[in-house]
Amino acid sequence: MRLILAQGMLGLNNGVFYAMLSLGLAVIFGMLNVVNFAHGALYMLGAFVALILSSYLGPWIGLDALHIGFWPALIITPIVVGCFGMLIERTMLRWLYKFDPIYGLLLTFGIALVLQGLFSNYFNSAGTPYPAQPESLRGVIHLGFMVFPKYRLFAILFSIVVCFLTWYVIERTRLGATLRAGVENPELVQAFGINVPRMITLTFGFGTGLAGLAGVLAAPIYSVSPLMGADIIIIVFAVVVIGGMGSILGAITAGLALGLIEGITKVFYAPAANTVIFFLMVVVLLIRPAGLFGRQN
Amino acid sequence: MATSDQTIGRPDTRGNGINLVLWAILILFVLTAPAYIYTVFAMQLLCFALFACAFNLLLGFTGLLSFGHAAFFGAGAYLAGHAIKIWGLPPLAGILFGTAVAAVLGYVIGWLAIRRQGIYFAMITLALAQIIYFLGLQLPFTGGENGLQGIPRGHLFGFLDLNSPLVMYYFVAAVFLVGFFIIYRTIHSPFGQVLKSIRENEPRALSLGYNVNRFKLIAFIISAALSGLAGATKSVVFQFASLTDLHWQTSGEVILMTLLGGLGTIFGPVVGAVTVVSLQHELSSLGSWVQVVIGLIFIVCVLVFRRGVIGELARLLKTSSM
Repeated sequence: MRLILAQGMLGLNNGVFYAMLSLGLAVIFGMLNVVNFAHGALYMLGAFVALILSSYLGPWIGLDALHIGFWPALIITPIVVGCFGMLIERTMLRWLYKFDPIYGLLLTFGIALVLQGLFSNYFNSAGTPYPAQPESLRGVIHLGFMVFPKYRLFAILFSIVVCFLTWYVIERTRLGATLRAGVENPELVQAFGINVPRMITLTFGFGTGLAGLAGVLAAPIYSVSPLMGADIIIIVFAVVVIGGMGSILGAITAGLALGLIEGITKVFYAPAANTVIFFLMVVVLLIRPAGLFGRQN
Repeated sequence: MATSDQTIGRPDTRGNGINLVLWAILILFVLTAPAYIYTVFAMQLLCFALFACAFNLLLGFTGLLSFGHAAFFGAGAYLAGHAIKIWGLPPLAGILFGTAVAAVLGYVIGWLAIRRQGIYFAMITLALAQIIYFLGLQLPFTGGENGLQGIPRGHLFGFLDLNSPLVMYYFVAAVFLVGFFIIYRTIHSPFGQVLKSIRENEPRALSLGYNVNRFKLIAFIISAALSGLAGATKSVVFQFASLTDLHWQTSGEVILMTLLGGLGTIFGPVVGAVTVVSLQHELSSLGSWVQVVIGLIFIVCVLVFRRGVIGELARLLKTSSM
C-alpha cells in the first residue's frame, strides 16, 4: 500500500506536466484549430531558458556573477517562450489557417525538429542538471506514508493552481466567453470591435507560455535535455485523445489521472508503464471515440 | 487536399504522354543507377522511395495523414529480419512474412484510427505507433537498443547469391518496381477513384452509397503492407533492423518526402525520397544540423511550396496526373 501511494505521488508529479502540456494544446486547438506539434519542443525550450538564465547568460554577456535564480525564471521563462510562440503565429502559422489543419501540424513538426536540432548542437543530449533549485524548496517533507521532496510537492500544487486558474478564466469569465465566442463565430465577434487576429496571437502565446512554464517547473526534477520534449509530446497526444481534444477539463483531468495510473502501473508491472497510457487510449477510443470529455460529433 | 483545384476541368490528354516520359525516366534510372551511384546507397534510395509511395497512397490519394507509418516500416524490417535470421527462412519468404505482418498490423491500427478524422487520426496513429516502438524496445527478440543485427542475405530462389551487390541491387529494384506498379494500378482503378472522391469530399462519397470506412481501411492496409515490404527489403539490404526504423521521426521523414515531392502525385514521392535521403547522406557529417536542415525544409515546404516538386511541374505543364 505504501508503495502504491508512493508511486502514485511520483506518477501525479508526471501527471501535472501532462496536464499542463495538454491544457496548452487544448487552448491552442480550441482557438486556432492547430495541433501544435512544437509543444514538446517549447516545453524543452522553457527548461533550457531556465538553465541559460541560471548558468550561461552571465558569462555570455560578460557578467560572470549574474545567475538568475528559480523564482525570477518562473516568471521570465513563460514570457520568453510565449513571445517566441507569438512570433511563430504571426510569421508562419497565420498563413495556413485557410488550408487543411494538417498543414499546421506539419509546420509545427518542422519547427520542433529545428528547435531540437539547434539545442542538440549546443547542449549535451544526455542532459544537464539545473543548478538553481531554490533554497526554500530543498529537502524533503514527511507525508506519513513516504518522504517526498519538497520541490516536487511544490510543483504539483503550483501546476494544479495554474490549471485551475486557466480553466476558471476560460469557462467562467467574460474574457473566456469572448474567446469561446471567437472560436464559434469570428466575424460576429469582430463586429463587436474585438480584434480577433490579435486575440488568436495572444491565445497562442498563452498556450505556448504554459508549455514554457511546465519546462521551468520540470527543470529541477528531470535533467534538462534536448530530447525531453520529443519524449513527452507523444504521451501528451495520447492524453489529449483520451481527454477529448479541445476540452479544457478533459485535458486537466486526463493528464493528472494518467500520470497517476502510469505511476501505479510501475508497482505492478514496470515494463508496461511506458505503454499503459497508449493502451488506455485504445480502450477509450473503442468506447468513446471522441474522448472522455469530448463532444461527440 | 492540395490538388483539388487541379483535378477539375477538361479531360486530360497531355497527362498520358508526360506520364510515359516519366515512367521511362524512372525505369531507366532504376536500371542504370549502379553505374553512377554507390550500390548500397542506391538500394537505400529505392527502399525509402517505395516507403514514400506507399505513404502517399494514403495521404495523397485518400487524404488520411498517418503519423505512425514507421510502425509498419519497422515491423516489416524486424519480422523479416527475425524470420530470416532465426527461423532460417529464405530471403524472399522472410520479406513476404514481414510484409504480411505489416498488413495485419495495418488492419488493427487502421481499424482503430479511422474512427476519427483529420488531425485526430494523425495523433491516434502516432500514439499507436508508439506502442509498436516500445514493443521494439522491450520484446525479447528485437535486441533492444542494439536492434536486430547480422541478418544474413542468403540466396534468392536458392541460387542467386544476394551477397553480390549487383544481384542484391536488381532484386531490390524488382521489389521497388513491383510495389510502385501495384500503387499505380491501385490509383488508376475504380477503387482508386473512390479513394480520391473520399479525399475530395467525404460526406458526398458517403451519400453516394460508398462504404467510406471500408475503403479507407483497405487503402490503409495496402499502404501498411507496402511500407512493411519497403522496411523488410531494407533490413535485408543493410542486414539489420533498428529502433530508428520504428521511431516517430521516421514517420515524420516519410511525410516530408511525400510533401517535398508532391502530395497526390504518382512520381513525387520518389523525387522527395531521393532528395531527402541524399541530403541526409551528404550532411551526415554535420550531426544534429541535419535535423535543423530537415526541419527548415519542412517549414519552407508547408509555407510556400505545398504542391512539391512534381506538383509544381504538373501545374506548369497544366496536367493533373503525374
